Amino acid sequence: MKFLKQYLVPRLIQYLLVIFLGVTAVFIIPRLAPSDPVENTIATLQSMGGTVDAATLDETMATMREMYGLSGSNWEQYLDFWGRVFRADFGISLSQFPTPVIDLIRTSLPWTLGLLLFTTFISWAVGNVLGGIAGYYNRNRWSRTLDTVAMVVRPMPYYMFAFALLLIFGYFWPILPIGGGASLGRQGSWTMSYALDVLRHAALPALSLVILGGAVWFQTMKLVVQNVNSESFVQYAKMGGVQEGRIVGGYVIRNALLPQITALALLLGQILSGALITEIVFSYPGVGTLLYQSIVSGDYNVIMGITSLSIIAITTSILIIDLLYPLFDPRVRLT
Amino acid sequence: MKTLRDLLRDYRFAISFAIVCFLFVLAMLSFVSPHDPTVWFYVPRDMSPSWENVLGTNSKGQDVFWQATFAIRNSLIISVIAASVSRVIAIVVGMTAGYRGKFTDRALMFLSDTFLVVPLFLIIVMLAMLLRQYMNLVTLGLMLAFFGWAWDARVIRSQILSLRERDFTKTAKLSGTRTLPLVMKEYMPFATPLIFSTLINNMVWAIGLEITLSILGLMNMDIPTLGTMLNWAITQNALLLGFWWWLMTPIVLSILLFISLYWASVSISEYLDPRSRIQRVGAK
Repeated sequence: MKFLKQYLVPRLIQYLLVIFLGVTAVFIIPRLAPSDPVENTIATLQSMGGTVDAATLDETMATMREMYGLSGSNWEQYLDFWGRVFRADFGISLSQFPTPVIDLIRTSLPWTLGLLLFTTFISWAVGNVLGGIAGYYNRNRWSRTLDTVAMVVRPMPYYMFAFALLLIFGYFWPILPIGGGASLGRQGSWTMSYALDVLRHAALPALSLVILGGAVWFQTMKLVVQNVNSESFVQYAKMGGVQEGRIVGGYVIRNALLPQITALALLLGQILSGALITEIVFSYPGVGTLLYQSIVSGDYNVIMGITSLSIIAITTSILIIDLLYPLFDPRVRLT
Repeated sequence: MKTLRDLLRDYRFAISFAIVCFLFVLAMLSFVSPHDPTVWFYVPRDMSPSWENVLGTNSKGQDVFWQATFAIRNSLIISVIAASVSRVIAIVVGMTAGYRGKFTDRALMFLSDTFLVVPLFLIIVMLAMLLRQYMNLVTLGLMLAFFGWAWDARVIRSQILSLRERDFTKTAKLSGTRTLPLVMKEYMPFATPLIFSTLINNMVWAIGLEITLSILGLMNMDIPTLGTMLNWAITQNALLLGFWWWLMTPIVLSILLFISLYWASVSISEYLDPRSRIQRVGAK
């Protein structure tokens, strides 16, 4: 009961408040724009050479306002927007006209989700294991070499790094496809050759995300382990003649992993942003590329849809990680 | 001066110090540039590097070398605006939260948590689309400053939390020092090195985001920055046409900038951390 009152309830309130603030920001920002999207669309239609009488024009504008959720006072629009968020209905795409936004997101989401889950897991695991070992043997030469590599990779923004990989593998050593999610004109099917094709196309985006993410986990883990190293229980285990492998794997890394779980929760938002940018570089058919197309065509509905869904997805995943945390940390479980 | 000499003993700091000085000189050269960076076609197009044009010329008929000096200067200006303004926000939020505690602390930390957790990149993109017509060095800098303070406010807060519990705080309070002078005079000296290292990190973040936004076409393309330079090279197909000097110049310069700034900040924060200082002494 104490756990419920002191931990769970405040955490849930915080979760709901963050979603509230985020979605409200998504609602407000486009409405600060000086230009009206409906009038813009009408102007584009007219510039293509269509003339209609005033009554039809008014009717069209009213229908479009209704469709884009721009009718009524600001307050009504705001309440209506929440209803839309709950129904996951973000109206109709302004650039790909009659397609609903949610359909566009639905087709690109599996690509992003696959890439994101796979790379986040791999980079977290590889970075932490390597960082743990390198932190324990921090005087070794290979440990220092890895450290220098991480120091070079770490400050690169996602865009630059993905672009550098694209240059290397696209022009100097063309062994992997540098764009798209699968070979052109290929129909999705559950066959081995299609799966291999998808994997080959995912290789470069995944590689760039894993190296960048891995460097972050490597560095933080190495630092934590160096501090755990000097704790008395490690000294005691060494003096007691416990095998070195067991000290590293069973005691040191296990203890150092706990803060890394919290760090994963905190970094999820940045990891998502990085994946979206990487997709844009490799024109991978996921949400990031959809976002880029919407930026180029000024399609606010799609951007609002992607942003609100991302905010909800990220905060929910963080909540889940936080709630699962007691499973990993016996100290939290007991109190 | 002694601090600088100590820092220079770390090879990473020495390297980054040299690179930053080099880039700074390049940025300063833009003031004596013979060309206006917004003018097109003052030299023959698409020339490879030669004695007249050290880094060749681009398809817009501009000299890549002189263009790059402006790009570095402008990118540095954006990052300095972003980092210093966001430092002010971070210091005010972190110190208020850490010193006042209780409800103020919880409210401010909730706010900074929100900034940390939400995928900010998407929100920044939305804002940048809105501000597209007004985009210049200052607006972009201020916009990034508005989003870049959250993590560092937490770092400063935890520093203040530990300072608040020390004896000298109680002595100062009992002898009648007011809150503001106490924070500014007694706490600031402890927090300054920390703030400086977060400042450099924030600059790296701001430059990276400027490049990303420019590539997405959300920056004013007439202003030469590292990002817009890269965007021009990509959109004009420098890669396919083989104009490597045009494409590689902004890439190499930004990589140098990222590594040198990051290494400087790591080296400074290690220098400040007593635990790693002991490890360093022990390693010798």
